[in-house]
Amino acid sequence: MAERVARPDGCALVTGASRGIGAAVARSLARDGWPVVVNYRSDGEKAAAVVAEIEEAGGRAVAVRADVAEPDAADELFAAAESHLGVPVLALVNNAGIAADNLISMLGDDEWQRVIDTNLTGAFRLTRRALKPMMRARFGRIVNISSVVGLRANPGQANYAAAKAGVIALTRTVTVEVARRGITSNAVAPGWIDTDMTAEVESELLSNVPARRAGTPEEVAACVSFLASDAAGYVNGAVLSVDGGLAA
Amino acid sequence: MSVTTEQVETRVVETLASFGPDVSQITRDATFEELDIDSLDLVELAQVVEDDYGVILKGEDMKELKTVGQAIDLIVERAE
Repeated sequence: MAERVARPDGCALVTGASRGIGAAVARSLARDGWPVVVNYRSDGEKAAAVVAEIEEAGGRAVAVRADVAEPDAADELFAAAESHLGVPVLALVNNAGIAADNLISMLGDDEWQRVIDTNLTGAFRLTRRALKPMMRARFGRIVNISSVVGLRANPGQANYAAAKAGVIALTRTVTVEVARRGITSNAVAPGWIDTDMTAEVESELLSNVPARRAGTPEEVAACVSFLASDAAGYVNGAVLSVDGGLAA
Repeated sequence: MSVTTEQVETRVVETLASFGPDVSQITRDATFEELDIDSLDLVELAQVVEDDYGVILKGEDMKELKTVGQAIDLIVERAE
């Protein structure tokens, strides 16, 4: 039988952590005691600010640039994590994501592919790489940031929805393959959250939110922190909606 | 890199034992089925072998393997 293992020495890797939900998750995991790799693609200054904030609060963090849509990103990120923080990655939060909205009739192949590459394929490659140290350690926490639109359709987001629903299927498959190695794989499905990504969009979704307000990145981060904690060791393959009731 | 069959054998037995079976059961003729070594265990064995000997075993390679001896022979052959 697989035994319950307390968290060994390891670090957390959060992709797309220079702002929004990713930055809140990085800060939250650092408060929980994880050394954190703050991955970013384009905004090095904001990533450095997240690292500085974590360090001021007494935590450890390092900013590492990589575009998760690139095939080599996983190896680069894991090598950087281990060399800078000196411990294996035992918590992975696949958060990096982009949107390129358009009604299907107008949705270009490039818009489809870019979103799938970053939001789904990136998560797959990082997960595949993460399982190595996690299987060795007999401990791992994978948290994938999905979306309410992976559960409930929203016009103009076929690519984003397909990627986010795919992330849920990936999450669950990982669970049934490696749960017996002490690894949990769960998804968080945020609804309308106040971030740069949603600031640009006017959506009918907000008027449909039963809570009648947008969520905050910190409210999503709290769920990720729980799923990454020792306390959540028996939560596996779950999709936790953080959406003010939107998917209910 | 040159490794001896004995070295590989020792490492393989040690790794397989970490998955549950008793060392005395892990003979060259023992099948993975008998030892209750599943596909995930073999994936982990492949990672150990890759780290230690630089031998990359693909999924197709692993599917062919039935006994401990076959695994050892394949690793030694690839390491040469």
